[in-house]
Amino acid sequence: MFKEIKVLKSHGKQYVKNLRTQSVSELFRGRPVISGDITKDEIKTISAVCPVMAIDGKSGSIDTGRCVFCKECSFLLPEKIRFTNDYRIASNLREALIIKPGSESLIRLDENRVRKEIRRLFKSALKLRQVSAGGDNSCEMELAATGNVNFDLGRYGIEFVASPRHADGIVITGPVSKNMAEPLQIAYDATPSPKIIILAGTDAISGGIFEGSPALDRSFIETNHIDLFVPGNPLHPLTFINGVMDLLGIKP
Amino acid sequence: MNQQYSEIKNNSNPLDLREIPVLKYNVFYDLISDFLKDEAKHCLAYYGVETSANLKFYCCIADDNHNSVAVFSHEIDKVGSALKSLTPVCSQLHIFEREIHENFGVEFEGHPWLKPVRYSNDRSDKSKKIENYSFYEIESEELHEVGVGPIHAGVIEPGHFRFICNGEKILHLEIQLGYQHRGIEKLFIEKNDALQRCVLSDSIAGDTSVGHALAHSQLIESLAGIQVSEALQIERCIALEMERLAMHIGDTAALCGDVAYQLGQVACEALRTTIINTTQYWCGNRFGKGLVRPGGSNYPLSNNILDEMLRVLEDTGRRYSEMTDLIYNLPSVLGRIDDIGIVTKQQALSLGAVGMTARTCGILRDIRKTHPFQYYKNYPVRPVIIETGDVLARCMERNLEVHESMIIIRELIEIWRQKIKDIRKPDYAYYLKPNCFAISMVEGWRGEICHLAITDNNGNIVHYKVKDPSLHNWMALALAVRNQEISDFPVCNKSFNLSYCGNDL
Repeated sequence: MFKEIKVLKSHGKQYVKNLRTQSVSELFRGRPVISGDITKDEIKTISAVCPVMAIDGKSGSIDTGRCVFCKECSFLLPEKIRFTNDYRIASNLREALIIKPGSESLIRLDENRVRKEIRRLFKSALKLRQVSAGGDNSCEMELAATGNVNFDLGRYGIEFVASPRHADGIVITGPVSKNMAEPLQIAYDATPSPKIIILAGTDAISGGIFEGSPALDRSFIETNHIDLFVPGNPLHPLTFINGVMDLLGIKP
Repeated sequence: MNQQYSEIKNNSNPLDLREIPVLKYNVFYDLISDFLKDEAKHCLAYYGVETSANLKFYCCIADDNHNSVAVFSHEIDKVGSALKSLTPVCSQLHIFEREIHENFGVEFEGHPWLKPVRYSNDRSDKSKKIENYSFYEIESEELHEVGVGPIHAGVIEPGHFRFICNGEKILHLEIQLGYQHRGIEKLFIEKNDALQRCVLSDSIAGDTSVGHALAHSQLIESLAGIQVSEALQIERCIALEMERLAMHIGDTAALCGDVAYQLGQVACEALRTTIINTTQYWCGNRFGKGLVRPGGSNYPLSNNILDEMLRVLEDTGRRYSEMTDLIYNLPSVLGRIDDIGIVTKQQALSLGAVGMTARTCGILRDIRKTHPFQYYKNYPVRPVIIETGDVLARCMERNLEVHESMIIIRELIEIWRQKIKDIRKPDYAYYLKPNCFAISMVEGWRGEICHLAITDNNGNIVHYKVKDPSLHNWMALALAVRNQEISDFPVCNKSFNLSYCGNDL
């Protein structure tokens, strides 16, 4: 008993007080910023280097839904591209993840495009079923971390549950392997309506480095409405947390 | 007398393909069965490569006493081929023969169970599907079956477990994997770009990013003849030990969760956070993705980072000791893990178990010691060996390895400070030696990671093989739970914490 109290004391309070404003280390690879005066030749160079074709060869914009955050473009042209430590990069619009040269604007949700029933029904309690479909276990561990003692997302009534029948939506990680296509569909069908779909991590959003592999079957993602895209390789717990809170309209 | 095999050391010059003897199958068969009578030897990899004319099989046997690997091969025609199975005499080959059968349709006469390993996309028999596989059955009125997965209750990777139970007791567990198959080995060949391969190696198993990325980088360096400085070698070892720390502490948390000891769970979760945040402080990614690259590094260490690391290790080490002293003295925790889920030394040897699973059965298998790589060549590690093979042993293995890793990191930091910091940028414009066979091994936190590659006339990679330690060890889990209560399965499973995507590739 006394030993337990001693442990509690030496650990102190570990929780992140404000999940909206918590700062992360400077080197964290978050929202990229591309200089407005990037030249055509420079765009050519960096788009050729990008391992996942996230950089548009014409406009020079970076698609954070494809980006694996390897930062090689920035190492090549540090004056023109930098990765800020802004982790709030989730959105309900796929287009919002694409960052144009010269743009300093933040990635946010389009409030008007959030389905009305989401906020009406899930604002005070959202239960999610996670489905890993070829995920490499890093996104899965970061999602599990959202509920740990540091991030404690449960404080807003947002939790991962064991059964899709208890869930209000599913969170998909991984590029969706062929062998998981059917279980994913079954889990989705077992979730009662209305329900949401969240794509967690670059692999889920675009296939990431696995895009084009014949061992994938992305038809589920292509044919269903996605309510939230959470980029990252893996996603940072705070990216997921802020994205979901924005989706539900939980004010800071 | 003709040499029957070629010898190669970990992370050394690659072998010329012509130097690898091609044996007749009966000679190949006898050679393997002779080798594996020695407890200090185990099969690292045995796999098939399709050439235009035929199928060629390479076998690599590690000799832990002499830091060397024996490589030899045999070949057969593509059609209508059947071979005498080695599994009845050397059980550890069961998984490799299953893989060869799945990929090429080669029959192994006498193999007890040629079940597909991962239902890979280019398997030879497409009529075998993961969704209509019929599980092993035992007919009896007293037995019942329990199916779990592929989607599990927690936020983890998918896999199916089929139990045959006698009341509450598990009689038999069949593990069905393959759900995570993304076709990684093929992508390594198709993506003929150095950076793409690096990103791919980061994602083989995201919880072992550093381990797999290091195995890949070493392989490329040996094929391209790149030497890296001692300072960089030390940094890579530190990164690997940080990954080991984070995962071991995280597993301690999860094991506490499985036995419903909440204080242990939340305290260790918070401690894992401090470690991965330090990795993020170093390289911007909590899992170390992008940290290890061939030829150099984008994130050389600095005194600033090391000071922060030492501060975190000091604090985390103290709190972890305080917590584990409590955890492993609690009767309610010990009652759930002591003498549960035992793997015997005999079983571990016959399965060719590696890493923690082997070390908790009294077998010295630690690549850092037996086939040293990077700076471990100059820095002897002290592997943690435990004899009892139960869940408690695997917990204590983690506990002791956490302390050991902290000592290693501290000592390596001291050595690093004395070295010249000649660390280049990563090398993505390498040229690989043509017609070569290279092997690279790394002791990740789970155990032995092995990457192998073969190059053609022009120095292009024509075959790439990834072996995660989980490939050997999944069967150990299936054996560990026999005659255990089914309610003990979660804690047994967690104590191994094997990789699904590492197996499925």
